[in-house]
Amino acid sequence: MVTAPARTQPGGSRLLTDQFSIQLRDLYKYFGETPAVNGVSLDVRDGEFLTLLGPSGCGKTTTLRMIGGFEHPTSGAIYISGQEMGDRPPYRRPVNTVFQNYALFPHMTVGQNVAYGLEMAGVPRAERQQRVTQALEMVRLPHVENRKPSELSGGQQQRVALARALVNRPSVLLLDEPLGALDLKLRKAMQLELKQLNREVGATFVYVTHDQEEALTMSDRIAVMNEGQILQLGSPEEIYERPRTRFVADFIGQTNFLDVTVRAVSGDTAEAELPGVGRLRVRRPAEGPASGPAALAIRPEKIALLEDLPGGAPANWNQFTGRLDEIVYVGTFTHYLAVLPQGQTVTVHRQNRAVGEAEHRVGDELTLVFDPAVAALLVD
Amino acid sequence: MTARPDGTLVAETVPPAAIPVRQRARKRRSPWLGLASALVFAFLYAPLLVVVLYSFSATKVNAWPIKGYTLDWYRELIADRDIHQAVQLSIFVGLCAATIAVVLGTLTAFALDRYDFRAKQAIRFFVVLPIVLPGIVTGVAMLAFFTLIGWPLSRWTIIIAHATFCVTLVLNNVVARLGQIPRSLTEASADLGASPRQTFWRVTFPLVRPAIIAGAILAFTLSFDEVVVTFFLTGREKTLPLLIWGRLRQGISPEINAAATVIILVSLVGVFVSNRLSKSSTFGR
Amino acid sequence: MAAPAVTLPTSGAPGRTARPAAALLAAPLAWMTFFYLIPLGLLLLHAFWSVDYLTVNRTFTLDNVRTVISNPLYPTVLGRTLMIAIAVTITDIILAFPIAFYIAKRATKHRELLLMLVVFPLWSSYLVRAFAWKTILGTNGILNSFLLWTGVVDQPVSAFLYTKTAMYITFSQVWLPFMILPLYTIIDRMPDSLLEASSDLGSNWFQTFRRVVLPLSLPGILAGSLSVFSLTMGDYITPSLIGGSPGTELIGGIIADQFGIANNWPLGAALILPVLAIISIFLLIANRAGALGRGEPG
Repeated sequence: MVTAPARTQPGGSRLLTDQFSIQLRDLYKYFGETPAVNGVSLDVRDGEFLTLLGPSGCGKTTTLRMIGGFEHPTSGAIYISGQEMGDRPPYRRPVNTVFQNYALFPHMTVGQNVAYGLEMAGVPRAERQQRVTQALEMVRLPHVENRKPSELSGGQQQRVALARALVNRPSVLLLDEPLGALDLKLRKAMQLELKQLNREVGATFVYVTHDQEEALTMSDRIAVMNEGQILQLGSPEEIYERPRTRFVADFIGQTNFLDVTVRAVSGDTAEAELPGVGRLRVRRPAEGPASGPAALAIRPEKIALLEDLPGGAPANWNQFTGRLDEIVYVGTFTHYLAVLPQGQTVTVHRQNRAVGEAEHRVGDELTLVFDPAVAALLVD
Repeated sequence: MTARPDGTLVAETVPPAAIPVRQRARKRRSPWLGLASALVFAFLYAPLLVVVLYSFSATKVNAWPIKGYTLDWYRELIADRDIHQAVQLSIFVGLCAATIAVVLGTLTAFALDRYDFRAKQAIRFFVVLPIVLPGIVTGVAMLAFFTLIGWPLSRWTIIIAHATFCVTLVLNNVVARLGQIPRSLTEASADLGASPRQTFWRVTFPLVRPAIIAGAILAFTLSFDEVVVTFFLTGREKTLPLLIWGRLRQGISPEINAAATVIILVSLVGVFVSNRLSKSSTFGR
Repeated sequence: MAAPAVTLPTSGAPGRTARPAAALLAAPLAWMTFFYLIPLGLLLLHAFWSVDYLTVNRTFTLDNVRTVISNPLYPTVLGRTLMIAIAVTITDIILAFPIAFYIAKRATKHRELLLMLVVFPLWSSYLVRAFAWKTILGTNGILNSFLLWTGVVDQPVSAFLYTKTAMYITFSQVWLPFMILPLYTIIDRMPDSLLEASSDLGSNWFQTFRRVVLPLSLPGILAGSLSVFSLTMGDYITPSLIGGSPGTELIGGIIADQFGIANNWPLGAALILPVLAIISIFLLIANRAGALGRGEPG
């Protein structure tokens, strides 16, 4: 059972602290009998870029839509800048949304689209015009004001959608997989731009995606979700380097999972027995298993070939052998698939530092080493 | 398209970029399909061609081959006061019926699209009835009803009847269009601070307007051509189709061919206009 | 973790209740009830009333129903109308398929134009189109002239006009667009990959048609058939122009007469009962197959 990060907040009052721009308290959302969001509590810091990351169906979009006011929670509370939102409709919330498929109004020009929110807020015409121009410049799209959205490319429409949301100077910007429809190159460029915009305008960004790379690149913090719950909340580095559950380790990046048995535990380290190999020294996170069978998670790039370490491996590193079963060349790395004595397999990413490194062939015996700190015992 | 089983109810349309461009099958095509289609088209258009052709025939009998050509029938048509009055009445009836149908049909469409209620399916079925049941049933049922409540048959009874079956046409058009509007557009409007009323007038209504107009044109045309229902409900005045029917039953009159040719020309403009409207009604992004 | 007590509506977006729907529906429902449902009910009541000279006697009787069943004329005419309606429906399905398929799957450039060409005949007077067949099929008509010219016959054949065949041809042509449109809509939605997959799997075009296209087209066929069938069952205009020789009366004409010159409304209403029954069965089947409310025009 995983619960939201334990922050001691005086929950239940109508006004929470305004140091956080969004606070979710025990959010539940049921569609009929099915829970879409199953107990989410979360504090989003002012000005932070927070990503809700998870596979489709994990409740991330529903959570975002509840913040935006498009869905009402079955129970729980949402505070924005300390104010409880309750039943407040979307048009009375200090947030703006960038929709998955942009949702630009097809019958209005780009300028009219961007001006729409200002018009609704009763901003005088002259100021409106000025702010629209500014907003379009900010997303580096001047001179398209009089065009229809359908005349723009996908990337341009994306920028218009951003401008339309940001022109209102919302304290919170919600982004629902906004880059999903763009091609890879454009997506990379937009990722950087979004990050810059987040710093420039100072608004809190809540970003929803199922793309782990996108999440790692842009976020200050990531909340990994599955089955309507937040499994882990932390900086990209924490999430990647110290996943707390097997799901998180598996979903973010690539991970080897080895079936081991825990033999001894002392503090945050443990000894685990890998069948056919012997005892390995590994890290044990606070909520990791203390005895019995467990999963040992280790990233492929954290395992090295002994021959690649000029001075040999440090004394406390683990060492074992495996038979090379498959070689996949992928450019920056070569992926080695090694079979361990009892048939478990492990993938090793070996950096291609120089041309003409020692060649290996399928069937070769490899000596593999890793630092105990990079391998974590997780509940299976 | 990203399937979103995480409970979101948004039906998003995928921007073109996300849809792989499919080449239509370039493989060898059998010519038979095209040929068969051409023959069916010929069958569909033969009568129209005959009507246009004979409207210029110099003889009063529609015999083949045509002996000579004349514009006399058009001259007669221009001078025919009965036809003028009938055309005026038909236009009046068509405009009134289309207007009522647009109001009722659009209201129903919005209700069916926006709200979930239990009777939805029943209402949908019920509103389709007037065009699914034969016109003669509608005609005699209304005749019996108007007689019972003592409303004299007049142009107004015709208008009521026409409006009743035209509601369905408008409804179908508008419902289809509303279904195409991604919910994210109205959500975006609300997100940008527009109240539901503002969202309706600034986003939803402008987007369905082409469908409403197309429905109105369709309603008008059907009313303009209607004879099966009208026959039972007409008072002293005759609509154009009733007048034509009467003349056709009396005998062959090339003047009717001329009138029909004019109707064909006018419909051509109507089809063109409504086609342009429905073309502008796709959500290309 | 147990789910908390459900305190808010569990589905739908905010504010989606039945009350505003009722407000929007008030006028349309009132109109349809007053001008359609009540008249329809009244009509059905008429079937169980009788006529005294010129006035309707509102005491319950089954006389008219009995007449409709026992007088051999009515079952005969009803059967004839049913046969023609079925023949016309089947003919239109056969004629509509190639054209609907061609426009949906083959015509790329001229699709809009071809669709317009299908709809267009609907916009030009139905009466005039029906009447045009008289010119084609008449004694001095185009068909006879053509046959004489080619020497197939040496005297004009009068058998074309005023017959069941003439009505059958006319109905088939006049209602054809009502079949093409729903068929086109549904074929257009069939993914090309499906058809290609079938031919990839080694089916010839006929197998593809029978095993893939036809079953998937069923809702469209039903929607179109319902229109064509219903329009034919109730028509009295075409028989008045194209039919006319003995043994060509259709039920629509007889019903119209009861409400017109014969002035026997109760009998007319009773004659409508079997027509309504037949169409209701059709309607239920079509509704089950989801063929209704697809935007079939007319």
